[in-house]
Amino acid sequence: MRYASAVVALARKDLLLELRAKETVPAMLLFVLAALTVFHFAVPTGTSQTAALGLLWVAIIFTALLGLTRAFVPEREQGLLDALLLAPCDRSAIWLAKAFSVFAFLVIAELLALPAFSLFFAGVGWATVAAALLADIGISAVGTLVGAMAVAGRARELLLPLLFLPLAIPIVVGGVGASSGTHGHYLAFLVLYDAVFCLLSWAAFEYVVSET
Amino acid sequence: MSRIPLAGLVGATAALFALAISLIFFYAPNDPNQGLSQRIFYFHVPIALTAYTCFGWGAWKALLHLWRRPEGADLESYVAIHQGVIFGSLTLLTGSIWARISWGVWWVWGDDELVLFLVLFLFYCAYFMLRYSVEDGPARANMCAVYALFGVVLIPISFFAIRLSRSIIHPEVFKLSGPQMAGSQFLTFCVALVAMLFLFATLYQTELAGKRLDLKLRELRELLA
Repeated sequence: MRYASAVVALARKDLLLELRAKETVPAMLLFVLAALTVFHFAVPTGTSQTAALGLLWVAIIFTALLGLTRAFVPEREQGLLDALLLAPCDRSAIWLAKAFSVFAFLVIAELLALPAFSLFFAGVGWATVAAALLADIGISAVGTLVGAMAVAGRARELLLPLLFLPLAIPIVVGGVGASSGTHGHYLAFLVLYDAVFCLLSWAAFEYVVSET
Repeated sequence: MSRIPLAGLVGATAALFALAISLIFFYAPNDPNQGLSQRIFYFHVPIALTAYTCFGWGAWKALLHLWRRPEGADLESYVAIHQGVIFGSLTLLTGSIWARISWGVWWVWGDDELVLFLVLFLFYCAYFMLRYSVEDGPARANMCAVYALFGVVLIPISFFAIRLSRSIIHPEVFKLSGPQMAGSQFLTFCVALVAMLFLFATLYQTELAGKRLDLKLRELRELLA
């Protein structure tokens, strides 16, 4: 019960901070629109739907990176992470709350990205929406963990994409597969990815932030 | 592994390599389809398996570091992954040469084992970026250990993902029913694999000894200062 209330309080703090400062979500929204526009002009007209769907996934992954780069910056800049570590609650609660807020930002970005994509390129089916939701879970779980790693380094903005992209490749494979062709296998695979990496990140977060 | 003296390890590696190379070039039969070029198989596959062994060993040491916290497990994990990246580069190199001769191209995106290996290679290259951008200390050791453990989870997951999506042109030599090759070929392959694993052990011990010496020197310097 205390664990749940800690998670809720931390997630509420993140969402409230975003609501007042409006630093991350507007940037993500603009970025995803700009990226899709760039893709529209970068690919020749009459590109197949499969190729276009690949672009959607590139846009999603890079937009997520943009949000993840910002995720732990307030904590580090204000020295909040040290204070949170002193708090008498399980450290994985910090991860869960942060992953939840990243997930929320991503869903908001996709609420714009998916309609924009269907306007610019081709319509999206229910499988793409489901795959995007499942991918968001995996992205926010893994991304929050490597985000906490990257922010401890000297080159934080540089480090995060390098750490995150290899881990995100299975998500892209699953996402592109689910949006084009046989959905069932790929959606099941995304569920598997989410389950494995959520558990692993949840268990590993404590070691990433602890100083001993 | 640390109980074997380094000189013995070096001697065993040299002897095994001499045996492996003479078996590869004078004992193993010529492949009816590929001819001489097939002999790169006895280097390429053992190197690739050794690279996986390095990553596995590094992850095992990382797990030990997080679990029991023995002295030096972090360094051992780093050295194993470092060797893994070296063997990984050699795998990509020998694989490309073989692909050029056998399939006519340097790289095939349609093959899952190639793509999987490249993903892992990139993943472990990022390990070095992480290690060298975070300041030395227990926090860095923990992060690197967690990242190394993510690697061994990523291996089966990516393998599964790529298998779902792509066709296979990699020859499937090892099946559940046994190796699909002649006895003499299998013997040569086994000797080459053991030689390569010994090479890993030698390089691992050498690098580890150097790093430990470096640490000791730094401690002595701090005592003097």
